[in-house]
Amino acid sequence: MIGRIFDLFSRRIDGPLMAALAILIALGLTVIYSSQGGASFDRVILQSRSLLVALAALWVAANVPPQTLLRLAVPIYCVGLALLIGVALFGDVRNGARRWLNLGFTSIQPSEVMKIAVPLVLAWYFHRHEEGLRLRDFFVATVLLALPVGLIARQPDLGTALLIFASGFFVIFLAGLSWKVLVGLGASGLASLPFLWSMMHDYQRQRVLTLIDPSQDPLGAGYHIIQSTIAIGSGGVLGKGWLNGTQAQLEFVPERSTDFILAVYGEEFGLAGTVVLITLYLLVIGRGLMIAANASTVFARLLAGAITLTFFTYAFVNMGMVSGILPVVGVPLPLISYGGTALLSMLIGFGILMSIATHKQLVSS
Amino acid sequence: MMLGQALRDQQRELVVFRNRLLLAGFGILAAFGILATRFAWLQVVQKDHYHTLAEANRISVVPVVPNRGIITDRNGEILAANFSAYTLEITPGRVANVERAIDELAEVIEVTPRDRRRFRKLQEESKNFESLPIRTRLSEEEVARFAVNRFRFPGFEIKARLFRSYPQGEVASHAIGYIGRINEPDVKRIEAQGLATNYKGTDHIGKLGLEGAYEKELHGLTGSEQVEIDAGGRAIRALSRNEPISGNNLQVTLDLQLQKVAEEAFQDYRGALVAIDPKTGDVLALVSKPGFDPNLFVDGIDPVNWDALNNSPDKPLNNRALRGQYPPGSTIKPFLALAALEYKKRTPEFAISDPGFFTLPGVAHRYRDHKVGGHGSVNLHKAVVVSCDTYFYGLSNDLGIDNIHRFMTQFGFGARTGIDIEGELTGIQPSTEWKWQRFKQKWYSGDTISVGIGQGYWLTTPMQLAAATATLANDGVVVHPRLLKAVQDSKTQEVKALHQPMGERLPFKPEHLALIKNAMIDVTKPGGTAARAGAGAPYTIAAKTGTAQVIGMKQGEKYDEKKVKEVHRDHAIFIAYAPAEDPKIALALLVENGGHGGSTAAPIAREVFDFHLLGKRPAKRQKLGDDEPGEVPPPPQ
Repeated sequence: MIGRIFDLFSRRIDGPLMAALAILIALGLTVIYSSQGGASFDRVILQSRSLLVALAALWVAANVPPQTLLRLAVPIYCVGLALLIGVALFGDVRNGARRWLNLGFTSIQPSEVMKIAVPLVLAWYFHRHEEGLRLRDFFVATVLLALPVGLIARQPDLGTALLIFASGFFVIFLAGLSWKVLVGLGASGLASLPFLWSMMHDYQRQRVLTLIDPSQDPLGAGYHIIQSTIAIGSGGVLGKGWLNGTQAQLEFVPERSTDFILAVYGEEFGLAGTVVLITLYLLVIGRGLMIAANASTVFARLLAGAITLTFFTYAFVNMGMVSGILPVVGVPLPLISYGGTALLSMLIGFGILMSIATHKQLVSS
Repeated sequence: MMLGQALRDQQRELVVFRNRLLLAGFGILAAFGILATRFAWLQVVQKDHYHTLAEANRISVVPVVPNRGIITDRNGEILAANFSAYTLEITPGRVANVERAIDELAEVIEVTPRDRRRFRKLQEESKNFESLPIRTRLSEEEVARFAVNRFRFPGFEIKARLFRSYPQGEVASHAIGYIGRINEPDVKRIEAQGLATNYKGTDHIGKLGLEGAYEKELHGLTGSEQVEIDAGGRAIRALSRNEPISGNNLQVTLDLQLQKVAEEAFQDYRGALVAIDPKTGDVLALVSKPGFDPNLFVDGIDPVNWDALNNSPDKPLNNRALRGQYPPGSTIKPFLALAALEYKKRTPEFAISDPGFFTLPGVAHRYRDHKVGGHGSVNLHKAVVVSCDTYFYGLSNDLGIDNIHRFMTQFGFGARTGIDIEGELTGIQPSTEWKWQRFKQKWYSGDTISVGIGQGYWLTTPMQLAAATATLANDGVVVHPRLLKAVQDSKTQEVKALHQPMGERLPFKPEHLALIKNAMIDVTKPGGTAARAGAGAPYTIAAKTGTAQVIGMKQGEKYDEKKVKEVHRDHAIFIAYAPAEDPKIALALLVENGGHGGSTAAPIAREVFDFHLLGKRPAKRQKLGDDEPGEVPPPPQ
């Protein structure tokens, strides 16, 4: 009996991936507790509650066969796009940006839906045209990608727009867009930088400038980076020990339980900790890439590859920003940062990955 | 065929996909490699650097400002004290719109127009990140009301601070001085003296008077506290503390009660009075009227009060006792008479017949006496008693300006007395050399004649005149006036009295001194110019009246007090000491535009003497100068 229940819950769960995820999530809760000065369980409890919901979502996603996702791709994308247009027209302004849509009973951030909808719809599109991809198909894919990215960038939420763009781009890249086109796109991308610069908001430009020289504005935009690098650097090789990070606990590091949680982690666990963290991420990513490589359909392999590469992007961008080699964009450290929404969309992604990993016999047959 | 093509396509696609996945894998490894290198750089290579930064970030050394020493008078009455109160301070750099924030604050606690004016003035003078008081001395209720609303006011902070208070208000304000916020010149001076460290955290400094002169004694030594702070700069806990050492307490020579009597005796007149104990040089009273309330300066003076003080025609900020330079008038006649005796230009017996004027041989100009028709036969004694100008015209002409200069310099005229507060002016003790230096002109005999009655180029400060009077009262032992009597060490509570050495004894013949002093005693007797000052006194007063011209009179023009604008009226001057036989107090006083010395100045001196010698407070006062005969000529002898 117990064996059958366990089998019901574990049948679609990928063991190695789940193990790595579990370690990362446990590490996250440990550091969230520490980021509150070791004095409050509030955020640990809230995060645990989100975790239960997210794990349930993972299980559901893992049990949804890829064919069902294939059918749902377009509707999800269309709903997401409609919501984004709704935000642009009727959205609530919070912190100077129009990102939230009030549905009466709850507020949602449609850009979160797009994090999954964009790779889904692109994988669906390339799957439909698998019998011979032409340049025209890549053009259509680019339009499908550009619509939500443009709307999100206008909110403005440059960080999320870039990440969603990346997730879509990974699908296009993995689908085999020719190198000529890729190089051409890269070149025109570089050429359009001055134009993009002129489109940016002042604070966004400031962030980029601050990256180049954080000391330029030590009490303003550079403050985050200066404080987080001090915290990480002062941790040394072995760290100051759990709950002993003075910088982070004395509130020098802002947003220390969300986007800048790596500063707390790096200070308390040192280089040893950061290397362990990178290794864990590599395990997750490596397992994801393996699943993608072994997936049996175009849709499944493109989706699995995109989900994995997007996860990598999150981890890299966050660690890069907190350690001062990338501009500050609002990206959480995947599976570690406090925040339920990010955890939810992340685990749904891994659920899809697991579904792809465990459903391939059914698909191919 | 079709199927095979499709399969081949799919196969090719899978190869492309796997190749690209592999490429992505290498990209990911490279990216994480960069990250790992970055972490290693931060956490291994730069570890010490960041560790130092982290400590600096976390531990802040906060200065602990010492308590300022208090100032008491010679009897222990408090002239300057401290009290602790709450202030509400704003750091303008942390507030987006200061004016609007203050408007909002005004809804919570009272903010007067004066508070705003003062804050604006402070803001102009201060750096943006300095914390500046908007309200001082908050009540407990106001503190509570602000605390409830504090989330609305970032950049605002309640601080408990020590305030200076001057419980005597305007009394003795020129001697005590005041403290004010440290400004740019103060900072430069502090840095030049190498005291910058000791002034960390201190935002007030003594500006004038005793507060300024004894700043170093009063300030004490700044302590420090190592505190662990959070990013908001809030102290979490103190790690170690190096206690500050309070400033020393000062006991000054002033007698507060005497000071009050003297100041009140001036009524509404402007003027100055310096009373000295001739045996010690202790300044018993130092009056400059009008005064100002030093309390106005403590939290930073607001522009309206500042303009009122600074632009008042009465110049309340001007310390007339030290900085007022006036012609001494007839008050220098006793000194000149002594000079004539010492230089053997006159004998006590020598007498002139005073026609009411003096002429230099071969010059038509008549130097008039204040008494039309003259004083008749006048010897040296009578010349002092009746203040005979004619006698002194001739006397000074015979002495010559350089003898006068040499003699008077011994009494301290033309030089600072060295009183231990700053700002004293020297006055002018003219000489041929001085005139040449100053005007590139030679000295004329006529110049000497004017000097002979304390006019012309001669200018003196009330402080100088008081010190000279005290020296005369002290039989020629030079008196150096001073205000600091004793210092109480804040640590040991030990009181260290300061004994200022008396000056040299000037080599006057005792019989000459006796003659001059007798004449000065007779000045306060019936027939003398200050007869009323001495009337009914149970002790003897030696004195001399004087009048200092404010505007010159043309030849033949008659000075009529009623016709002259108040500000052009003569200054009344008076020097005196008592008891004449054993002087305990010597003073000089000046009433600006007070007319003749006998009518307005002498009664003030009498009240001061009565209080100091008899402990008698003045009865209800008559208006100064009313029904007074002025310099009444004595009946012909």
